[in-house]
Parts: sequence; C-alpha cells; structure tokens
Amino acid sequence: MAVKPLRYYSDKYIRNQPSAFCVGCGDGTILNCFVRALDELEVPLDKVLCVSGIGCSAWIPSPNFNGDTLHTTHGRALAFATGAKVFNSDLTTVVFTGDGDGAAIGGNHLIHAARRNIDITTILVNNLSYAMTGGQIAPTTHHGERTATSPYGNPERPFDIAGLAAAAGATYVARWTTYHVLELTRSIKEALKHHGFSFIEVLSQCPTHQRRMFNMRDPVYRLPSRILEMFSESTYVRGRTRQENYRYAVPKASPENALEEISNVLVNLDTEAKIVDHMGFGRVVRIDSKEPDMEWANISRLEAVDRLVGPLEEKVELGVFVKEEMLEYTDSLRDLIRTAGGI
Amino acid sequence: MLNPGRHLVLGNVACAEGAIRAGCRFFAGYPITPANEISHYMAAELPKAGGFFLQMEDEIASIAAIIGASWAGAKAMTATSGPGYSLMQENIGYAHMTETPCVVVNVQRSGPSTGQATLPSQQDIYQAKYGSHGDYEVIALSPWSVQEMFELTVRAFNLAERFRTPVMLMADGMIGHIKEKLVVPEKVDTVGRRRPTGSECVPFGTDDPSMVPEMPRFGEGFRLLVTGSTHRPSGVRDYTPKYHQMKVNRIREKILKAENEISDTVKVDLEDAEVVVISFGASARPSYGAVKEARSQGIKAGLLRLKTIWPFPEGKISDLADDVDALIVVEMNVGKMVQEVRRVVCGRANVFSVSKIGGVLPSVYEINQVIRRAA
Repeated sequence: MAVKPLRYYSDKYIRNQPSAFCVGCGDGTILNCFVRALDELEVPLDKVLCVSGIGCSAWIPSPNFNGDTLHTTHGRALAFATGAKVFNSDLTTVVFTGDGDGAAIGGNHLIHAARRNIDITTILVNNLSYAMTGGQIAPTTHHGERTATSPYGNPERPFDIAGLAAAAGATYVARWTTYHVLELTRSIKEALKHHGFSFIEVLSQCPTHQRRMFNMRDPVYRLPSRILEMFSESTYVRGRTRQENYRYAVPKASPENALEEISNVLVNLDTEAKIVDHMGFGRVVRIDSKEPDMEWANISRLEAVDRLVGPLEEKVELGVFVKEEMLEYTDSLRDLIRTAGGI
Repeated sequence: MLNPGRHLVLGNVACAEGAIRAGCRFFAGYPITPANEISHYMAAELPKAGGFFLQMEDEIASIAAIIGASWAGAKAMTATSGPGYSLMQENIGYAHMTETPCVVVNVQRSGPSTGQATLPSQQDIYQAKYGSHGDYEVIALSPWSVQEMFELTVRAFNLAERFRTPVMLMADGMIGHIKEKLVVPEKVDTVGRRRPTGSECVPFGTDDPSMVPEMPRFGEGFRLLVTGSTHRPSGVRDYTPKYHQMKVNRIREKILKAENEISDTVKVDLEDAEVVVISFGASARPSYGAVKEARSQGIKAGLLRLKTIWPFPEGKISDLADDVDALIVVEMNVGKMVQEVRRVVCGRANVFSVSKIGGVLPSVYEINQVIRRAA
C-alpha cells in the first residue's frame, strides 16, 4: 500500500463541501477507507455510482463523494441501485446504508438484493441507533439500552445484520468496526472486486448518541477515542489467534471500588488490572494475568465484584464470514435476454 | 411483439405493447390484480427487444428500480393498481423532485384498501395529483379504449421525456381487461431524452423557456448529485427558502405553462350543445351512449372527453361554462372530478354529478336520465 498524502485523496475523491458530520463521527473514517479502496483498485471514478437512502450514512457519499451519487428515499437505496445496475452493469455500484435505513425500513430490500446476488457492494454503517433523527432505538440497539425512545431500556432484541445478509444469500459478508481501518479498507477492496452481492457491516461510533446509550460521562471530545477503544475491547476477529488469559470483573456498583479491591488482591502477582468500556457489560475491570495458575475465583468472591466474565462473552465477532462465487443477477438477466433473442 | 395491423387484445396488452414501441427497455413490477397482464406481456416481450423485466419484492422497490434505471439512461415503466399505487407514492414524489422521466400505470380498482380487488374504478384521480407529500404538478392520462391504452402509453413516455417528469397512466380495471380491436401502426412517434450537449451540465436548472433541464445519465463523468432533498441547480443539497421556491416553482410551472400542449380532449356534438357531459376513461363510454341517445330524443347534448385529466383543462371547461346551460360530470367514484369542474365553472352553469361506485359502470340509462333532467 503506497502512502499518499491526505490531500491527494481529498482532491481526487471528495467534493469541496463542508462536512455535515458531528465531530468525531465514524462516517468520515468509512469514507476514507472507501476512497482508499477505490484508489488502490484504480476503479475509474466516472464509473462509480454511490446510492444511499436517508440517515447519517446516506451523507457519506452525498454530497461528499466526487462521483455519481443517488441520494434516495428512506430504506430504498438498494432498490434504486438495482435499477441502475441492471440497466448499466458497467457501473461499479455501491450502496451506503445504516442500521435503521438498511435493516428496519429497508430490511426487505436488503434480503432480496442478497437473494438475487446482484453485483452491488453494500456498506451498512451500524451505529446501533437512529442518529440523524435524535438517537431512537434501531433494530440493532442492544437489549436494555437507553435511547430517546427507550428511556426505561430497550425491550427488544437486536438483529445480527451480517448474519441476516449471509442467510439471505449474500456471497460476500464481512463485519468490521471503525477501529479496524486497515481490515475494513482491505475488505472494501475485496467486496468491490467480488462479482455478486457483497455486504460489509461497519460498527461505527456516534459520540452524539452513544454517549447516552453507553452511559459515558465524559466530555464529547473524549468520546470518539473512548468508543473506538470499546469497539476494540468488545470484538474479536474470526480466525485470529487470541490471548486468552484475561477476565472482566463486572462491578456490583462502582468500577473504581472494584478496581481498588482487585488491585489489593493482585499486589504480588504478575497481573494488571484496569477499567475498560465493554459493549456487553459497560464499565468493567479488565484483569490481564501472566500467572500460569491464576486463581480467578479469588477475584469473583470480592465484595465489590458481581461476577467474572470470560474473554469472549458478549463480544462481537468480526471478519469475513462468507466469500463464495454464485450466479450473479445481471449476468442471469443477460442470459435470459440472449435466450429470448434480444441480444 | 405484435405486428403492425389489426389485433384483438386486452387493454393491458395494448399498454405493454405501446410501452415497448415507445422505447421502454426497463420494466419493474409486482403482481397485483387487475394490472398483471402488463407484467406478463413485458416478461415475455421485453427481453426480445433487449430490455429488462424485473419482478421486485414490492411496489416500493418497483418504482425505485425504474427511477434508478431512468438515471442510468432507460425509458422505464411500472404498472400497478390501488394498493400498490399507494405504496409507490413516496417515490413518485422523489421522481418529481429529481425530475426523473418514467411512466407509472395505475389500472385502477375499487377501494379503499383491498376493496373490490377485481373491479374497476376511477377513485385514484386525486391520488394521482396529490398522492405524494409536498407541492408538485402531475401529468395524468386516461384511456377509454384498448386503442387508447396503446396510444396514451406511447404518449405517456413522450411526455415523460419532454417534461422530464413521471407521467401517470390512469387506466382502470375495465379498460385493462376488455378485449377489443387494436390497430398497431407501422411506426410510432417517439420523443428522445434531451441529453447534455457539452461536457458541462446543470442537471436541475435551465435558462430554456421550457424550464426543462437537460438530463445526463450515470457513468458518463458528470459526477451527478441526485437527491430528493431540496437542491441547487447543480444538485448540491441546499435547504434555503430561495432554492426551495426556485425548485418547486419550476417543476410546477414547466407543466402548468404547457397545459395547452399537454391537454388533450375529445369533443362530441359540442357545437350547439346546451347540456354537456364531461367524462374520462371507462365512464366516458356510457356517457357517449347517453349523449347520442339524448340527441335522438331531441336534446342538444354533447360530450367533452378528457384524455388528459391532469393538468386539469381549466381553459376548455371555463369556455364551456359560458356557452352551455348545464354540465354533467360522470365518473366511477364518489364525485371527485366534479369538484374541479365546480371550481372552474364557479356558478356560471349548473353542474350535476353522476358518480357511481361499487365496481360497475354508470349505465347509459342513468346518465341519460340526468341529461333529460338538466336539459
């Protein structure tokens, strides 16, 4: 990967627009990864069509991206993109959507585009809520989380969107976060090259609304990095070897108190403890041990500790989950026209 | 496709045949009665012409797909009926806002809701004009025969390209499902898309008196910004009052100012008429019979048949109001177009309404009775 100055990408790929995104938003990161992927593949810019729906994710291409853009109605981007791609299959067609746009109102179009295996790359930005409209529950919001429309906690269970796309027949499926920019860029390249329906879910930070959702009492400027660290803490990559000798101590009340008690126990051990954010358990104490015979039970019995949880509990799996070749829809339509004698 | 010459076909088949001859090369639809035969014919015949037939997951996706295809350069169409037409409304508004040429066929059935799914109506004429939110102006056509299903479908495509706007073909379940003579001409006149001539293009603004901008397509280096949000002529999103007024006023005026060009009516026995029946689509057929019968009864009756229902032919009806004693509006709904007629006539003549619901046509006898009462 050749290193090019940022200016090169902004001059070539980004329209001269002031950014509408909130400070610290993950959307800019995703746009960055996308244009780097395009650049590395040397995709002709005149042949790239970005289609989006409604929501923050829709503004990633429109008006920022300096190619053809079609900014459509809420949830329908894939259906619009289907029409354009079928009629002109030379267009490298990329749909940007969100978890509300793509998995709620547009969920039906998502599963059917996946089923048809149409050669469209879909990047679904999952910020776990409806952000543009004020932070309401989305089909991805975790159970119990507080949002504008779940002030007592979310009564619903969330979708596994990547799993949904895979089950519906998408032939390339991956999930990354805005923390994993290199993996995400590589994955977008694979998706663009893939001939068929490719789907990448990107877990993204929303400092504006995830602050309440994750109960992060910090000034807004500290949140983006804190959420990114939480994404790193709360995920693991499929197939990648992991360090396993650590646990999370879920505190009964204050994580600071739990850390103090735990630190007292660990005094003479080659073991470290620190407070981290975990998407599944909130503020917890992470204990990393180099002791081969670490007695974890001692910690779980501490007064300030509710329970100990393992390295993978409640974590989100990342990686490339599906990668297979199947008959593609626009090819199939052209075969049909050939059969009918239209070509 | 049908050979030029005489055929006995369904109205829906005539519609689909007209579409292919008008240059339609992309059709997306979803099954619904009584519009299905349009999809069936398109599925069989469009690929032979090198075109694409897509059965989408719903009507929302169908209209979305034709808008996407239109921006990729296609002449595109979808066909549906009441419930599907309701689902399409949001994206019909999107097509107006983005000035996307396309044709939406509504083979109207009787509602509300599932209603009388297999029976005809003319209940959606206001929906054609006001169905999507916001301010816009629509072109809607109303065929009264199988031959007109063919001709007005061709015209719908031509108007869509000429004015860069979605055009509604407001057929009904009766016209869609009757079989009668269709004469397919050797050649139909088609209007092509006005495409950018140079390398620069202002896709949503023009100095041209037609107020219709050139339409580029994706993949040609114009780096288009197409959005349903209020935008500047360049396509850049801008919510300021100035740009919103500019946009909405232009997309309305480009159609309203061309009312004379768009509006198409058929006059029957109007020269000396004292009582005039105004009707459109299927209900114009018994209206025609009732007028002829009234003439044989010595009543100076006439018929004004609207082939275009929107924009409303205000001028023609206003002129009539000064010349006749009574106007009778015949339609298969609870009395919708009659409101428009009353608005235009403004007390200058008596206005009567023959409104029939229930999925049946008003009879010649019923209409004739009202003519006799009005005379």
